[in-house]
Amino acid sequence: MKYVDEFRDGELARGIGAAIAREADPARHYAFMEFCGGHTHAISRYGVVDLLPANVRMIHGPGCPVCVLPVGRIDMAIRLAMERAVTICTYGDCLRVPASGGLSLLKARARLDKNRADIRMVYSAADALALAQREPQREVVFLAIGFETTTPPTALVLRQARALGLANFSVLCNHVLTPAAIRAILHAPAGAGADARVKLDGFVGPAHVSTVIGSRPYDFVAGQHHKPVVIAGFEPLDVMQSILMLVRQVNDGRAEIENEFTRAVTREGNLKAQALVDEVFTLRDSYEWRGLGSLPDSALRIRPEFAAWDAEAKFGLDYAPVPDHKSCECGTILRGEKRPADCKLFGTACTPETPMGSCMVSSEGACAAHYNYGRFRDIPVAAA
Amino acid sequence: MCLAIPARVAELLPDDRARVELGGVAKEISLALVDGVAIGDYVIVHVGYALSKLDQREAEATLALFAQAGLTPSLEDA
Ligand code: SF4
Repeated sequence: MKYVDEFRDGELARGIGAAIAREADPARHYAFMEFCGGHTHAISRYGVVDLLPANVRMIHGPGCPVCVLPVGRIDMAIRLAMERAVTICTYGDCLRVPASGGLSLLKARARLDKNRADIRMVYSAADALALAQREPQREVVFLAIGFETTTPPTALVLRQARALGLANFSVLCNHVLTPAAIRAILHAPAGAGADARVKLDGFVGPAHVSTVIGSRPYDFVAGQHHKPVVIAGFEPLDVMQSILMLVRQVNDGRAEIENEFTRAVTREGNLKAQALVDEVFTLRDSYEWRGLGSLPDSALRIRPEFAAWDAEAKFGLDYAPVPDHKSCECGTILRGEKRPADCKLFGTACTPETPMGSCMVSSEGACAAHYNYGRFRDIPVAAA
Repeated sequence: MCLAIPARVAELLPDDRARVELGGVAKEISLALVDGVAIGDYVIVHVGYALSKLDQREAEATLALFAQAGLTPSLEDA
């Protein structure tokens, strides 16, 4: 496939791996965070870590949209379906995220009277809007999640719903912002000392998110925190090349925002999409993330002009935080402090078939990526 | 849900829509978020929407960089 296969060439990958090994200073350690779950997936699937020298370590970041969605937000959607008889439409990965009371959206679905309420998987926000148009007697709520990539499509359907005067459609908005999460990673987590902060030498910046927001929003990482960022495409060679570029920056004592994904990302990003998002959404004062806690100005809410299509306003919903399963380490993994294999439940009680935490649900989640691609072989065999 | 690959635009349809090819599979997507897409262009698609056009010249330049990284020993070390 054009623009895919060339970026997965094994021989070139070994060449870049050799260049990293040659240029990495054996006297020091390098720790880079790949922010985005898509990169976590690529790194695990293609065995990128096996091509890196031992002193270059990759740390998984919080850029997996399903992973950072806290239990309380899934509970909100489940309550809407069970108590208010609405039909929830959402992206497939959301359905299996564990919620309160041993439920998930998928398990809650079995309990619903399908004539009135339902829980459905959609491929795109437009599918949810189309369902509401097709079945006017059905109250449809699109559970919108994701970073800056899924936000413009949600903005489009909200604008269409308003233009159509569609009364049986609304959006439960959980769109979150990448720069805010990076800022949280660079600050010590709430309640922890400075020691708890992960030591990072730089970031592999997101691919798709950056096609929308451009490279400019990362400037603060270099300017205020003196860490390099290299925006990378999703293919394994993109990730390898960006690691090489990070190693070079560290060696030179530079902290710059560089772009490896020039074939799709510009400094300004997609201005049309940005304007649309701005028209429909505004910053939330505060939003709770799984793992990162409540962060100011880190998520979007629907503007008052669109309140009739805002499920939170329409149904008078309030958010109540709910703690994660007490043994689940998703929080520390999302902050880069622990690795999947550090969790007691990993690969035993928690597998992709029976996820206990959100990081085991989506293929972009750190735990699922490790589990699916055999990276769990490095766990010592524990006595049963 | 963030995983995606570049798709080639095969046909422009009404209402800002297009038919694209993804490794031999045809699919209908929305072009509402990008301007100036023509048949034969490659676009980065996410949840059914093209997010950006793929710059084919930049893609070639990046591939050239990969080859160079593997071949040329770093001069700083010399
Ligand atoms: S293995 Fe399961 S329970 Fe443990 S951190 Fe990962 S998702 Fe949570």
